[in-house]
Amino acid sequence: MTRKRCRLYIVVAALLVFGSATALVLAALDDSLDLFQSPSQIMAAPPAPERGIRLGGLVEEGTVLRAGDGLSVTFRITDGAQSVPVAYKGILPDLFREGQGVITVGNMQSDGTFMAREVLAKHDENYLPREVVDALKESGQWQGGSAQ
Amino acid sequence: MIIELGHFALVLALVAALLQGSLPVIGAARGDAAWMALARPAAFAQLVLVVISFGALTHAYVTSDFSVFNVVQNSHSAKPLLYKITGVWGNHEGSMLLWILILSVFGSAVAAFGGNLPPTLRARVLGVQAWIGIGFIAFTLLTSNPFLRQFPAPFDGEDLNPLLQDPGLAFHPPMLYAGYVGFSMAFSFAIAALIEGKVDAAWARWVRPWTLLAWSFLTGGIALGSWWAYYELGWGGWWFWDPVESVSFMPWLLGTALLHSAIVVEKRNALKVWTILLAILTFSLSLIGTFIVRSGVLTSVHAFATDPERGFFILILLALAIGGSLTLFAIRAPALKAGGLFAPISREGAMVFNNLFLAAACAAVFLGTLYPLFLEALDGSKVSVGPPFFNATFVPLMVPLVFLMAIGPLLPWKRADLAGALARLKLAALGALAVGLVAWYVNNGGPVLAVAALGLAAWLFVGTLVEWADRVKLFRAPLAENWSRARNLPRAAHGMTLAHAGLAVAMAGMIGASVWKSEVVTSLRPSETVEVAGYSLLFEGVGRLQGPNYTAERARFTVTRGGEEVAVMFPEKRVYDVRAMPTTEAAIRTTFLADLYAVIGDADGQGGWTVRVYHEPLVPWIWLGCLLMVAGGLTSLSDRRLRIGAPHRERAGKPAARPAAA
Repeated sequence: MTRKRCRLYIVVAALLVFGSATALVLAALDDSLDLFQSPSQIMAAPPAPERGIRLGGLVEEGTVLRAGDGLSVTFRITDGAQSVPVAYKGILPDLFREGQGVITVGNMQSDGTFMAREVLAKHDENYLPREVVDALKESGQWQGGSAQ
Repeated sequence: MIIELGHFALVLALVAALLQGSLPVIGAARGDAAWMALARPAAFAQLVLVVISFGALTHAYVTSDFSVFNVVQNSHSAKPLLYKITGVWGNHEGSMLLWILILSVFGSAVAAFGGNLPPTLRARVLGVQAWIGIGFIAFTLLTSNPFLRQFPAPFDGEDLNPLLQDPGLAFHPPMLYAGYVGFSMAFSFAIAALIEGKVDAAWARWVRPWTLLAWSFLTGGIALGSWWAYYELGWGGWWFWDPVESVSFMPWLLGTALLHSAIVVEKRNALKVWTILLAILTFSLSLIGTFIVRSGVLTSVHAFATDPERGFFILILLALAIGGSLTLFAIRAPALKAGGLFAPISREGAMVFNNLFLAAACAAVFLGTLYPLFLEALDGSKVSVGPPFFNATFVPLMVPLVFLMAIGPLLPWKRADLAGALARLKLAALGALAVGLVAWYVNNGGPVLAVAALGLAAWLFVGTLVEWADRVKLFRAPLAENWSRARNLPRAAHGMTLAHAGLAVAMAGMIGASVWKSEVVTSLRPSETVEVAGYSLLFEGVGRLQGPNYTAERARFTVTRGGEEVAVMFPEKRVYDVRAMPTTEAAIRTTFLADLYAVIGDADGQGGWTVRVYHEPLVPWIWLGCLLMVAGGLTSLSDRRLRIGAPHRERAGKPAARPAAA
C-alpha cells in the first residue's frame, strides 16, 4: 500500500459520498421548496394549486370565523393593500389573534381560498416574521421603526 | 452600584483578554518564557472578572432591580425564584454574558490543568481562546450591554416570555452553550497547532477530552430543547427542521466526526490535516449557531431573543473568525507532516467513512438551512425549505452510516478482515430481521421503509452489544472472568458501546414516533369521549385554576383502556398575567413504550372545546437514547488514558505515574 493508493481510495470514497449527497440535494430541492408570498403577490398572480406556498401577513381584524364543528376556522390574511381568505382545520397556535402577524403554509385552491395545513405564530408577541415586515413595507403599510 | 461594578468588571475582563491574547502569543514566537507565562494569570483574572460581572446581573434579577433595563424587560417580581435566575440568560444580552462566562471557564481550565502542555502550545492555545473572548466581550459591551439603566425605574417588570418559564428550557441554553463553547477548545488547539506547525498524538490526546465534553453537552442541550418543544409547544412534535434546530445540529454532526477523527490521530497519527479542518469548521458552525437565527438573518418561528439590529457586527465577527482561521489553514496545513498509512478496510477506514457521511450530511443540512439566504441574495425570491427536503437528503445519508456503524468497531487497526467482522455480526443480522418481522406483524404490514429502518436500528443495537460481549467474553467464559474483563476494558470502550447503543435506541424512538403516531383533533362537550389507539378519553369538563403568575383553564380527562381506568389527565391552557399571553400545557401519560398526549384548545362558545390527542409509540426512547449517548460521552471522558501520559510528547506510550488532573 503506497501513499498514493491510500489517498486514491479516500478520494474515490469522498467523491462517491459527496456525489450522492449532491444528487440527493438536487433532487430534493426541486420539489420541497415553499415559496413565500404576500397577499398582494398572490392576488396579482395566483399560484398553481400544487405549488407549496407560505402566505404571510397580518390576521385581518374581524374576519376570524369558527365553524360549528369547533375545528374549522376561516380568516383573511392582509398586507394592508390586499387580503386573501384562508381556511384551516385544527388547533390554532396560542398566539394567533386578530392583528397578529402569522405565516400559513399550504396551497392556493382554484376557488381563490388558501387552504392552510399549518398556521405558525411566533412564540413572542412582539415578533413579526421578517418576510411579513418586508411585505408590509412593500405595500406601504409598515409603521414600525425596526423589525423586532 | 452592584450593576456598575458588573459593567466595570466586564470592561476589565476585556483588558485581561487583550493582554492574554497578545503578549503570550508574541512571547511564544520569540521564545520569551516570562511573556508566555502571562497567559495563565490573565486567564484566571478574566474568569474572576466575568464571574463578578455575571453575578452582578444575576443579583439584579434575584432582587428584581427594576432600574436595570434588561431586568425590566425580562423579569417580574411575582416570578418564581428559579425563573428569575434563568431569566438572566432568557434574553439576548444575558445569554451573551453566559457565553462569555462559559468561555472563560474553559480558558481557565486549560490554564489550570494544562501544566503539562508544552509552554509554547499552552501560550498559543490560551491566546486563541482570548481572541474569541475579545470578540465576544467587545460585542457584548458595544452592542448588547445588559447593564444599562432605566430612569425612572418602573414599579414592576414586563415578565419573561411564559414559554421560557419552564424547567426544560431553563437549562437548555446553558447546556447548548457549553457545547458550542466547548468546541472553542478544539478550535484553539487547532489554530495553535497550525501556528506551531506540529500535530501529533499528544496533541490529539489533548483535543479529544475537550471535544468529548463539548459533544456531551451539545447532545444533552439538543435533546433538552427537543424534549421541551415536545411537551411545551403542544404540537406533539419533537423535531421540525426549523433553522434554529438545524443550526444546533450542524456542529453536532461535525463534532461527532471530529470526535472520531481525533481518535485516528491519537492512535495512528493519520488524518491530521483533516482533523484540524474539522475542528475549525465545527467551531465555525457553533458560531453560526449562536448568531444566525438570533440575528434575524434566517426566519425561525422558534427563535427567542432575536435582534436583527446587530447583524453587521455579527457578520464581521463571523468573517474574521471563520475567514481568518480558514486562511491560516490554507497557508499552514500543507506544511504539516503527512501521517500514517492504512488499508481502506480497517478501523481507520471505517472512521474515514464515518467522517465522510457525517460531513456530507452536515453539508446537506447546511445547504437546506441556508438555501433561502442564497436564493434571496441571488434573485430576491423568498422560499423556505421544509422537512421534506431534510427527510429526502439527510435520512438516506444516515442509512449507510448506521449500517457501517455496527461493523466499524469490529475492525482492527491498520488492516482488517471484513468477512470475519461480518461473520461476527450474524447475531445482529438475526436481531434486525426479528425486530423487523415483529414490527411488521404488530402493525399488520405498515410502511416497509419504517419496518426496515427499525430493523436497521436493531442491527446497530445488537451489533454494538456483540462487540462489547466479545470483548468481555460473555457466555464464553465464567461470570467472574466476564466481570474482570469488563473492569479491565478501557472506559472509552464502554463509552462507545453506550453511545452507539444510545443512538440505536433514539433511532427506534424517532422511527416509531414519526411513522406510527396517531392523532385525533375534535371538538368535545363535557362527558363526551374521544378514542385513540385503543384508549378512550372521557372529557369531564374544564375548571379554573390560579397559579403564582398565571390563571389556567384545566381540563380533566379520565383515560380508560378496555373498560379499565388507567389514568386521569389534566391538560391546561394558561394565560400569564403580565404579558396576557396564553400558553398550552400538554398532559402526557407515558408508559415506557408510548406516550398518550392531550392538549386543549379554545372553547367554541357553545360548551364545546377543541381537543387534540396523540398516541406516540416509542417516543420516550428518543430522549432515553440521548441520555445513553451523553452517558457514553461522559464515561469515555473518565478514561484514564485521556488524562495520563498525554503531555509527554517524546515519551508517548509510557504510562506516567501522574495522578488524574481533571
